[in-house]
Amino acid sequence: MAVVFERTKMLTDKQFHYCPGCNHGIIHRLVAESIDELIQEGKLEAGNVMGVAPVGCSVFAYDYFNCDMYEAAHGRAPAVATGAKRARPGTLVFTYQGDGDLASIGTAEIVHAAHRGEKIVTIFVNNAIYGMTGGQMAPTTLVGQKTTTSPHGRDEAWCGAPIKMSEMLSEVPGSYYIERCAVNTNANILKTKKAIKKAFQYQLEGKGFCMIEVLSTCPTNWGLSPVEAMKWLEENMIPYYPLGVKKDKGAE
Amino acid sequence: MALTLMKGSEAIAEAAIRAGARFFFGYPITPQTEIPEYMSERMPEVGGCFLQAESEVAAINMVYGAAGTGARVITSSSSPGVSLKQEGISYCAGAQLPCVILNVMRGGPGLGNIQASQGDYFQGVKGGGNGDYHLLTYAPSSVQEAIDIMMFAFDKAEKYRMPVLFLADGIIAQMMEPVEMPEMVDYKVDPEKKPWACTGWKPGDDPAKRGVINSIFIDTESLSEHNEVLQEQYRLAKANEQMWECYKTEDAEFIITAFGTVARIGKTVVDQMRAEGHKVGLFRPITVWPYPYDALKAACCAPQVKGILDVEVNEGQMLEDVKLAVEGQKPIEFFGHFGSQFPTTGEIRNKILEMKEAM
Ligand SMILES: Cc1ncc(C[n+]2csc(CCOP(=O)(O)OP(=O)(O)O)c2C)c(N)n1
Ligand code: SF4
Ligand SMILES: [Mg+2]
Repeated sequence: MAVVFERTKMLTDKQFHYCPGCNHGIIHRLVAESIDELIQEGKLEAGNVMGVAPVGCSVFAYDYFNCDMYEAAHGRAPAVATGAKRARPGTLVFTYQGDGDLASIGTAEIVHAAHRGEKIVTIFVNNAIYGMTGGQMAPTTLVGQKTTTSPHGRDEAWCGAPIKMSEMLSEVPGSYYIERCAVNTNANILKTKKAIKKAFQYQLEGKGFCMIEVLSTCPTNWGLSPVEAMKWLEENMIPYYPLGVKKDKGAE
Repeated sequence: MALTLMKGSEAIAEAAIRAGARFFFGYPITPQTEIPEYMSERMPEVGGCFLQAESEVAAINMVYGAAGTGARVITSSSSPGVSLKQEGISYCAGAQLPCVILNVMRGGPGLGNIQASQGDYFQGVKGGGNGDYHLLTYAPSSVQEAIDIMMFAFDKAEKYRMPVLFLADGIIAQMMEPVEMPEMVDYKVDPEKKPWACTGWKPGDDPAKRGVINSIFIDTESLSEHNEVLQEQYRLAKANEQMWECYKTEDAEFIITAFGTVARIGKTVVDQMRAEGHKVGLFRPITVWPYPYDALKAACCAPQVKGILDVEVNEGQMLEDVKLAVEGQKPIEFFGHFGSQFPTTGEIRNKILEMKEAM
């Protein structure tokens, strides 16, 4: 019988621990499939892949991606990836980070990895909340959004407006390719996959820092069903965080 | 072999390269900036990598990344910068990553000053970062000794899979001494010897050999199992790695305890006072973790010993370990400064004479 679909080799057999309806699982698949395809296409040698997991709900990503993996301290994944990439320049290196990890505690590390034009790819999963610790406010939490530490909704006058990391990092001279995506529809899932694969391809060509931001749901801490969460993302996140290419030096 | 006159910081940096270090990540801070400066010139010459990090936090995490591939990696800083590294040091310890960290200590707390100090003894040997971990910690008292220790530091780090810390006071980095520089070691990552490292595992290979550099063990059983592995390494290091020096302690009635540069001043006091007819000796730990408690006790609790004088450039941090070793069997006094003034031979001598008179 012909194989129509199979689990990508770049994911281990370990069962994801993510909540039902969480987008982390979809994004993992897209990352893993992209790497696997590059290997199948002969562009990347199997074994020349290293990933760095963050602190956040995807902390166990080292158990899911089927390659050499690191688990970094909260926010430090870009620095860890820098050390790994400098030590093994011929490998494909990626970080996978949440918005608390990347846009709060790890801002210095991500800005300077971009600034150095570090040849790594960052997958930035923005769910506008601290998922792992139970739903606290993140720098990306929308104005008015209720979290356990903004119980009356985020107050812009008190704690600022949500930070737009993709736009910000596009301004850093060393960044090469930055795109914001979402996985809320089939079309968007395909676009995200294309973006991730393009970023990896750029890295293989020795180009600079690439980041794919993926807007993601956290039904559990948003207090919504998986379907409602997708709708909330469409109606609230996408208008504030517009999808699309923010910077692509390769297309210039 | 010929002796060359070298500045401490440069000699230590060169020794690291000769010991096989090919990656340096650091951030400028006095009094150790000559180390990154030297590395920035020298690393490319040997095909290595020097990278100035955006902070000490980033530097130690770059160490984590590079050491995870099995390479020999070093970072250096001074006290406030080493404070910033503590998070990453704890992660390196937890993930069992061999690496070398230099702390060229300056005065504290806070920004303190930029002169030499020994104020980070507690930070170095009693923790610093979170969790049950130790660092194999050396306190060299001369540039040559720092070089000699560097030549085996990576071997030890790899043997026990734990970070090695150099606790050096600023004087060692800043002074020039004639030194003998050992030959270059030929180090290459051997995946067989470092099966835990990220060296190119691929799907289909033995899953147990996939590189997973990690310090999270989420359930109680696996964390205790993991900590037991670490503790076993610490027990082995305690049993095998203690280093110390006894200087004229055999018949000494008064023993100075000191580490690093202060111990050299102490040796001069020993010689001067012996010339005057006083039986004085010195005990110097070279590893401050594992601390040579038994050796110190054997030297300092010998029947003829009347008193012990602990001398440090801090408010008496190693003093706690001296007391632990002596277990109340002998009187112990402390002499020290904590504004980075190094004690003079005269000050130490006077203190010993005072102790003698009081008896
Ligand atoms: C130094 C440090 N501070 C705080 C924490 C606690 N902590 C764990 S995960 C997390 C937030 C993660 O949120 P995010 O990066 O958005 O990931 P998500 O869980 O939403 O995917 C925090 C604050 C920690 N582990 N380490
Ligand atoms: S808490 Fe939120 S981000 Fe974390 S797994 Fe559950 S749904 Fe996903
Ligand atoms: Mg989040």
